[in-house]
Amino acid sequence: MKEGYFGIYGGRYVPETLIPALSELGAAYNKSKDDIEFQNELKEIQSTYVGRPTPLYYARRLTKHLGGAKIYLKREDLAHTGAHKINNAVGQALLAKRMGKKRLIAETGAGQHGVATATGAALFGLNCEIYMGSEDMERQSLNVFRMRLLGAQVKEVSLGSKTLKDAINEALRDWTTNVRETHYVLGTVFGPHPFPAMVRDFQSVIGHEAKEQILKAEGHLPDYLIACVGGGSNAMGLFSAFLKDRKKRHMEFIGVEAGGMGIETGKHAARFSGGSVGVFQGCKSYLLQDENGNVLSTHSVSAGLDYASVGPEHAYLHDTEAVQYSYAIDSEALSAFETLAEVEGIIPALESAHAVAEVIKLAPTLSKDAVIIVNLSGRGDKDVQQVARIKGIELK
Amino acid sequence: MEQKTRISRRFEAILREGKKAFIPYIMAGCPSIEKTEEWVLNFSQLGCDIVELGVPFSDPLADGPAIQAAADIALKNGVTLRGVLSLVAGLRKKTDIAIILMTYFNPVFKYGMEHFILDAVQSGVDGVIVPDLPPDEEPGFRGLALKNNLDTIYLLAPTSTEDRIQLVAEASRGFIYYVSLTGITGSTITISAELKGMVEKIKRISGKPVAVGFGIKSPEDASEIAAHADGVIVGSSIVSTMLNDEKALTDYIISLRKAI
Repeated sequence: MKEGYFGIYGGRYVPETLIPALSELGAAYNKSKDDIEFQNELKEIQSTYVGRPTPLYYARRLTKHLGGAKIYLKREDLAHTGAHKINNAVGQALLAKRMGKKRLIAETGAGQHGVATATGAALFGLNCEIYMGSEDMERQSLNVFRMRLLGAQVKEVSLGSKTLKDAINEALRDWTTNVRETHYVLGTVFGPHPFPAMVRDFQSVIGHEAKEQILKAEGHLPDYLIACVGGGSNAMGLFSAFLKDRKKRHMEFIGVEAGGMGIETGKHAARFSGGSVGVFQGCKSYLLQDENGNVLSTHSVSAGLDYASVGPEHAYLHDTEAVQYSYAIDSEALSAFETLAEVEGIIPALESAHAVAEVIKLAPTLSKDAVIIVNLSGRGDKDVQQVARIKGIELK
Repeated sequence: MEQKTRISRRFEAILREGKKAFIPYIMAGCPSIEKTEEWVLNFSQLGCDIVELGVPFSDPLADGPAIQAAADIALKNGVTLRGVLSLVAGLRKKTDIAIILMTYFNPVFKYGMEHFILDAVQSGVDGVIVPDLPPDEEPGFRGLALKNNLDTIYLLAPTSTEDRIQLVAEASRGFIYYVSLTGITGSTITISAELKGMVEKIKRISGKPVAVGFGIKSPEDASEIAAHADGVIVGSSIVSTMLNDEKALTDYIISLRKAI
């Protein structure tokens, strides 16, 4: 495949001003892959700072509760800052520092990537500004305060739908303006090349660890791999290492999108169920758009899945049927959120709860020998207030 | 040899007179389609050479607040790419001024690239600028446009390297759009030796006309740019004037025309 493309998807659909920066970044990233010093430093940070490897936990009670397949949770919620986002953020921050950049910018939806980038900036002594939609700032106020504690400036974006896509527009505008001294830490497997491939690679540590762990625990590869898909970085992180092994064992890969209030209501973020091919924010992929090519607003109970497009590699995996894409609606995710808390004592992020919702549907239909790995991409502390609000409970 | 386009003919004529091209930008459908039509005709009367019409898009990532706000208004007015093409078709019956569409790529992609090119030419559009479509992407677009004699105008920026200049010089038709600053439309311009040097360099390498845009507001800026470039593009400040003080727009256009 041509570098920067996944079949017909991907590319670099950005203003000319950014092309040299993307080329510079791509070259620096390619060089870092073979740079032993870089790789050693990254490994050191992953083990002593991020807390890797994260456990692969056999969810005995959930397995029994559902009465079917064996369920393993890849515990990215236990990584520093509480989500998989840190894997990519420290990788890019280290790269930016080596490239001589003084300032990091990022977009954030749920706030997890913003917190992770602010953390990476603090770790390497870089300045940091995070763009966040005003609607997301309200539903994730805890993360806004966390970013500020970490020394980052949070810039409120009150344009358009006031969510993740608008924050990305503003971050791209900032990068276009300050490209010479700034690195844009894009948080997911999206945007112009090299971001989709680079972010996937920084996240692939999830799948590499999980593979080793499941081989140790079960003696064979799993039968199902399940992850939620917003931009799709935690899913690519889990899937990429296993996709290479499809010849060794038949495995089903399932990406779970946000079904919001249901596909028929139009209030969702299920790009594969309700979208079509389009070009948005730097790449070609599936997109929720109207007949004139304007981008539709999306809805999900989880800010991190509330996005109109999806990583271009996912679009390719969708079309080639390597990965199946389903969705969970808000109420299913909320119910999975509570089930996991009650049955396993783990409060998942609302994003990850979408993947758990798929497990709740799927596991009972499978035999007891079947093995599922689900990526528990983040912890739910950030969502507790919102869930209380939805349930009509007032927290003092 | 392909026919000379209206844009190329205009550049040749104006440069022959020892003058430079003045290219105002407005957002189609802001504040209304009727106003856009009225102002394109005014621009022609006031001696503008080429008009750039913005096509509204939900996520204009190369644009600053003025043009974003204008796009929002146009979208609320229900303006689509199809609507802009019929506006141009109507204008073509009344004016011979060269018309360029500035549109983000997704509306064109959704319309269908080939359909768009054919319909644009049919409507009397002379050229297109697609800020998020560098020449590396969708090379078929350029080929189809060339075959149909629609100019594809590509951009260069202060960050552009030698190989990018070569590529854009080759791909761009009608003229080359030099972005005066690293930033978005409506930012504050600084007219530096670097800017002048880049314009000279691009002219030398490409042998094509170079027009400069982004951040040009005052007649003084316009005049200084015109001393080096073949054309001057003014967008955000015209869009803002039109929205906030339409009565002053005629005088503003006259002052820019004189300065260029």
